[in-house]
Amino acid sequence: MSEPNNQAGFTDQSLIRNFCIIAHIDHGKSTVADRILQLSGIVSDREMRDRFLDRMDIEQERGITIKSQAVRVPWTLDGQEYTLGMIDTPGHVDFTYEVSRALAACEGAVLLVDATQGIEAQTLSNLYMAIEHDLTIIPVLNKIDLPSAETEKHAEEIAGLIGCDVSDVLRVSGKTGEGVEQLLNRIVEEIPAPSGDASAPARALIFDSVYDSYRGIVTYIRMVDGELKSREKIRMMGLSTVHDPIELGVISPDMVPTKALGAGEVGYVITGVKDVGQSKVGDTITAENRRADEPLPGYRDPKPMVYAGLFPVDNAQFPDLRDALDKLKLNDAALIYEPETSVALGFGFRCGFLGLLHMEIVAERLSREFDLDLISTAPNVTYDVTMEDGSLHHVNNPSEFPEGKVKRIVEPVVAADIITPKEFIGAVMELCQDHRGQMGTMEYISTERVEMHYTMPLAEIVFDFFDQLKSRTKGYASLDYHESGEQSADLVKVDILIQGEKVDAFSAVVHRDKAYAYGVMMTKKLRELIPRQQFEIPIQAAIGSRIIARETIRALRKDVLAKCYGGDITRKRKLLEKQKAGKKRMKMLGRVEVPQEAFIAALSTDDSTDRDTKDKIRAAAKKEN
Amino acid sequence: MTYELYIHVPFCLRRCGYCDFNTYTATDLGEGASRSNFAQMAIREMHILKRWQLEHGIEEPPISTIFFGGGTPTTLAAEDLVALVKAAGDIWGIEDGAEITTEANPDTVDESYVATLKDGGFTRISFGMQSAVPHVLHTLDRTHTPENVSEHVADAQRVGLEVSVDLIYGTPGESVEDWRVSVETALALDVNHISAYALSLEPTTKMGRQVRRGELPAPDDDDEASKYEIADRLFSARGLHWYEISNWAKPGFESRHNLGYWRNVDWAAIGPGAHSHYAQTEGRHLHGEGAATQDAEECFGIRAWDIAFPRVWAHQLNQDALPWKDTERIDRTANIEETVMLGLRLREGLPLSRIEEVAASTPEPAVLRRLCDEGLIEEPSSVIVPTLRGRLLNDALISRVLDSVAY
Repeated sequence: MSEPNNQAGFTDQSLIRNFCIIAHIDHGKSTVADRILQLSGIVSDREMRDRFLDRMDIEQERGITIKSQAVRVPWTLDGQEYTLGMIDTPGHVDFTYEVSRALAACEGAVLLVDATQGIEAQTLSNLYMAIEHDLTIIPVLNKIDLPSAETEKHAEEIAGLIGCDVSDVLRVSGKTGEGVEQLLNRIVEEIPAPSGDASAPARALIFDSVYDSYRGIVTYIRMVDGELKSREKIRMMGLSTVHDPIELGVISPDMVPTKALGAGEVGYVITGVKDVGQSKVGDTITAENRRADEPLPGYRDPKPMVYAGLFPVDNAQFPDLRDALDKLKLNDAALIYEPETSVALGFGFRCGFLGLLHMEIVAERLSREFDLDLISTAPNVTYDVTMEDGSLHHVNNPSEFPEGKVKRIVEPVVAADIITPKEFIGAVMELCQDHRGQMGTMEYISTERVEMHYTMPLAEIVFDFFDQLKSRTKGYASLDYHESGEQSADLVKVDILIQGEKVDAFSAVVHRDKAYAYGVMMTKKLRELIPRQQFEIPIQAAIGSRIIARETIRALRKDVLAKCYGGDITRKRKLLEKQKAGKKRMKMLGRVEVPQEAFIAALSTDDSTDRDTKDKIRAAAKKEN
Repeated sequence: MTYELYIHVPFCLRRCGYCDFNTYTATDLGEGASRSNFAQMAIREMHILKRWQLEHGIEEPPISTIFFGGGTPTTLAAEDLVALVKAAGDIWGIEDGAEITTEANPDTVDESYVATLKDGGFTRISFGMQSAVPHVLHTLDRTHTPENVSEHVADAQRVGLEVSVDLIYGTPGESVEDWRVSVETALALDVNHISAYALSLEPTTKMGRQVRRGELPAPDDDDEASKYEIADRLFSARGLHWYEISNWAKPGFESRHNLGYWRNVDWAAIGPGAHSHYAQTEGRHLHGEGAATQDAEECFGIRAWDIAFPRVWAHQLNQDALPWKDTERIDRTANIEETVMLGLRLREGLPLSRIEEVAASTPEPAVLRRLCDEGLIEEPSSVIVPTLRGRLLNDALISRVLDSVAY
């Protein structure tokens, strides 16, 4: 390993190149990043561990980078040592804002595309965002070593998208290392050096903030103007708080404390704050004794888009769930939660998430890292409900949907971009129409693939859109969406009643035209999932007091009548013990025993609609009209 | 104290598609485990078992019942069965008036066969009739005809054996009317005991695979419930009353051997895969196999079962070793569960005093009241007796009673 000459805090801006890598999940970003660390010599081959940058288990398993990191990488070209700031960005649609801050910390971006798959919608949307930020784009095709790579085809596609020559698209293989050296050279040659005012009052952009169990909150910053010194007080301009920095430093690839950070440099600061809410992404840090006048642009609070209830299967775990959420919150400013009581599911929390993936990740971390057995209700969005009497309700839980005469309901809308091979255009259009999508424009990004633009209620996307999109396009389509205002809509709350009792966990706010479909689907699902019991169980769907669908679980007449002679006794007893253990996983709704699996399966949205269901929906709707 | 003997004969002429019992159609399974010398091997096991009992301080009274099950015990020569009874008598003694039963396939017996059994001390024979309807018998892979059942039943009755027949309901393709015909046909045989079993579909059997592949319709719980009700009504009307969920008899003709299982008596078991049971009773100190525990108080009995595969079973016997596959110590919890689960199968019911004895508590009167109101048990008394509905929903009843006992 060689010691870099350019010392942190004393590196001339002209020798700095800050870049990020824009890539879709699984397109090999981490492997390429690993190669860069290895080639630069800051990580020895021996220390090299796969996917160095991805620190959390879930990220490694899913191949998703949730939290960005920033590594200072030395690279020498033509005898001159340069300092590269490599900023790792999250790859998923839920983390758009975080991506935008990471992009704002860079002058250039490596667009990394899997040569076997081509560009995906989320990557495209991040690419557009990078272009909007005036970043220099270096297009790269990865995985060229794979036999299924279609390098020429996808190079043309990329060249068409960013308006470069096909020969400008670099070919690399993170796996073999081929092309990575050229990539580093091109980063130095093509990406502009930072151009902040080194003598102005300090301004540093927070582009990430991570909870570390040993160090507390580690805040990643990009110095734009001036310099910060390790002994001087700093100020968070958005929050108006002042801290003594405990440590200032750079990552290379471990944390290295420095005396200062100068204009153009990327590094970290540790202030001793306890949660990421005290050190927010997008905020500007300045020096307290020489304050900047204006913060850097673009700061905003993360806003939850999707809500769901999380309930421990065993209600005794409620305090554990609270502790676990408190801990996750340290690292996740976007996660919000408040206690919620459900008649069906007991005590839990109503949680707000940036999107579905964010929700899945939180649920998975709760179960994996905190060993909690959870039920999650179906995700929903926030509605603004205005009543005839003029009262206004902000509803993020269907069970709180107000009773009485509703004047107007407003729901959030998103702009959705879908990239699909052209043979699925019809299927995607049909799916979007089914989900109340309004088609905007459509353009061919290559001879094979199109990008379609829709405006769609967010509620439609969080319900079952993504799974259906994947299944109708054989997995080829990709989706990106972002907030795009709101609209009023004809929505109703559908309740599900089991033996006449409303089960709040199954209530949903849906478009009036879809109410029958939801009611029929849900009652049918529950009929299949709830085991027969000693009495008949009616399962109904209702809008207000009006029943729109009904199924009946017939009374159980016989359970097991097996023989029980000498050799059967042990087996029969073990079966009883198993049933008893199974009962512990039952929720009592009135007199009805409902297995946890029924909640989980009924709330999952992967249902394919069979013919019987379709007939029943039609019949229910007809009866109404 | 009661001591019974069960002997498992693991041979059949052919395997029926629904059967998952431990039985083989080959006549020679190696290591001396063949149909022709099975009796010899089984007698060897009796001697080894007696030695084990002595070593473990288990002294049993004379045998009160012997039951030959299978497989098809009547695939052995009648003389073999008789020799086994005689050997058991030599080793343990047999009570006067003991009940000695064999199961039989209507294909495998004739008049001289049943006469030999009767002369050798047998008192009962239980025929696997299953159905009186040819297409149902065909689905069950049974080779007998309704006619030879009545012929063999008559033979057995003529030599003085008590006769029971077994029926199966719920066979794929069996209509309610088919079932009624089977029940009526069985009753017309003028037997004093009938067992009727819901077909239980085991996934590893040929029939299990046929149902899974959709070649046969799956048995339906509601259909089986209706058939049970029909059987119970018709049997009762002819004086055969239920005394256990799947068994009906005229008073005094109940199978004493089978009642022993539900009353938790001791029984020794001989033959591949057979299960034995020794209850912990006063003055007995079970130890060694299965009972191994620091805390002898925690042992409420042991169960042991023989190696199922005849060749390995025979190999053990040839080594002069007890051919047990495994043993199980019944702890307090298991004892409570077994007491409740077995007692609630019986017309004589589960005495509250028996629950008190094993669990040190009894269900609250309010719980019993509710079970009665729901039609699962008879009017509460000192004994919990399941109703017809309580028999059909016996599992639910068992777990409700267990839930009401703190254990």
